[in-house]
Amino acid sequence: MLHTPNRIAAWAVLALSLGVARVAHATLDIEITSGVRDPVPIAIVPFARSVPADGGLDIAQVIEHDLQGSGRFRALPRGQMPATPANADGVTAGVWKAVGSDYVVVGRVVDAGGGQIGVEFDLINTLSGTRLTTQRFVGEPGALRNAAHRVSDVVYQKILGVRGAFATRIAYVAVDGTPPAQRYQLMVADADGENQHLILESRYPLMSPAWSPDGQWLAYVSFETRHSAVYVQRVRSGERRQVSARAGVNGAPAWSPDGKRLALTLGGSAGNPDIYVLDLATQGLTRLTEDPAIDTEPEWAPDGASVYFTSDRAGSPQIYRVPVQPGAHPRRISFTGTYNARPRVSPDGSQLAMVTLENGSYRIAIQDLANGATRVLSHGRLDESPSFAPNGATLIYSEREGNRGTLSTVSTDGLTGLRLKPPQGEIREPAWGPFGP
Amino acid sequence: MYRSIIVLVLAASLGVAGCASKRPKVTPSTTSNTAGAGALGSGANSANAASANPEDEAAGPQGGLLATRIVYFEFDNSEVRGAGVELVAAHARFLAAHPGTRVRLEGHTDERGSREYNIGLGERRAQAVRRALMLQGAIDGQISTVSYGEERPAAAGHDEEAWAKNRRVEIVYLAGGMPQPAAAQK
Repeated sequence: MLHTPNRIAAWAVLALSLGVARVAHATLDIEITSGVRDPVPIAIVPFARSVPADGGLDIAQVIEHDLQGSGRFRALPRGQMPATPANADGVTAGVWKAVGSDYVVVGRVVDAGGGQIGVEFDLINTLSGTRLTTQRFVGEPGALRNAAHRVSDVVYQKILGVRGAFATRIAYVAVDGTPPAQRYQLMVADADGENQHLILESRYPLMSPAWSPDGQWLAYVSFETRHSAVYVQRVRSGERRQVSARAGVNGAPAWSPDGKRLALTLGGSAGNPDIYVLDLATQGLTRLTEDPAIDTEPEWAPDGASVYFTSDRAGSPQIYRVPVQPGAHPRRISFTGTYNARPRVSPDGSQLAMVTLENGSYRIAIQDLANGATRVLSHGRLDESPSFAPNGATLIYSEREGNRGTLSTVSTDGLTGLRLKPPQGEIREPAWGPFGP
Repeated sequence: MYRSIIVLVLAASLGVAGCASKRPKVTPSTTSNTAGAGALGSGANSANAASANPEDEAAGPQGGLLATRIVYFEFDNSEVRGAGVELVAAHARFLAAHPGTRVRLEGHTDERGSREYNIGLGERRAQAVRRALMLQGAIDGQISTVSYGEERPAAAGHDEEAWAKNRRVEIVYLAGGMPQPAAAQK
């Protein structure tokens, strides 16, 4: 088991407060639960603004929250900034180096013509005195928050060598009320928990949200007909389609990497769940597994040539992989412990995240697919539903804290993490969406 | 010193979900799609007018064991045992004597473990009750099953007391007496 070397004692509770009137949970509180011992010191200078946009959104603050929330950066407090330059020419490297900042971000919001605005920024290394990049994002004035996340993505990549995943979204299920009278909501929010949108609401369970590779659609399971059925829904318009309501279990939809097929679990009237592949255009159904055990939770390998899934064919749930071809035989993948379920593969195909039983607790583990080495990354009692960020650097999962269900993140090296908490009720089953266009 | 200027056009739509009127809100009433694909569009509410839905619950038989509708299970087990044996036998006798009556068996698990796997476990429990009912005179067409896994707990709480109440199959008597339409084979 891997321990986080440094738990930040003073939990930074960042109550971000961009409320959206029509959502049920106005905000999710963010609590940083761990970070690296020596975070990169950076100064993010408030952006200059020559045009009004997005209610005066503080871009630098959004970037600061992104970078600090990653656990890998420490932002210089504004009160300690020696100056507030708006561009690289105004940055005297030595002055910023003297206040302990290895990097400085300066930027400005400008009129880009045609009703659009531009967000420009420079990233300066104060140790070398060089400008690492200057970039400009152009968009609608209302998309300023997204532009800020894109700046964070670039800064993260230039300094750490990995593309940031701040300008992405997560889907999740929110549950309110006391059993058995509960209300289920399928939600989509920015990766930092802001900008929440209600996708679907039901008195009957909603579960297993899965993003299409292009980020335009969600597949999910709804029990609104008192039986399980799989739906696909366009996130922007709400348009949706029922794609499987066969006898018995219809569950665990997973989009193929080409976006044309869904792997899913079908139980049939005899109640024996197996893995199938549904062609979304033709409705053609291909059976992938045939075993009296529970076969479920399919997950495509990034190359689309095989599918990972959970099966208790050996007596307890373990992870298997089967090639996507008729008559192929599944091969067992997980061997550590008595309970491994719900596989999720990293974007590069090299690692598998799963739910594992460790000393009576359900936790998130990650297995190196090349050598089989397995590490437990989470520390809760009922952790589940791991989902990789599209950059592969972070996992999001759900955990239970007292009576509340929250979402947590952990970096795949186990060093950093944060928690997203709803003001009431429970949020669970996070699905991290793909990179934007 | 390297300077790059990259201009990216933001998708103006990011973060803008559908307007409220288009967002489907599922109501308790069911839609009529049963098998395969069916366009639902935003009309998920349109089936509300249909009154006697065959999936609607009925009061069912009262008195004695028949008033009890919940079969409980041990952890990680789908065997009908103990008090459940006599309970299932009583419902089997009633179904055999009333061949026009239909039940839906709703399988549930406690919250431990992964969600979709628990759907499989709940289905296994519902199937165990179905087999026991059929061995004792009920016929296939009288019984449908659904597994809610851990999604619809009977008891809140996160201890063994709550978990024991949540590992269950509920026998739900249905209003519609008609045989089920033939479901698509998997």
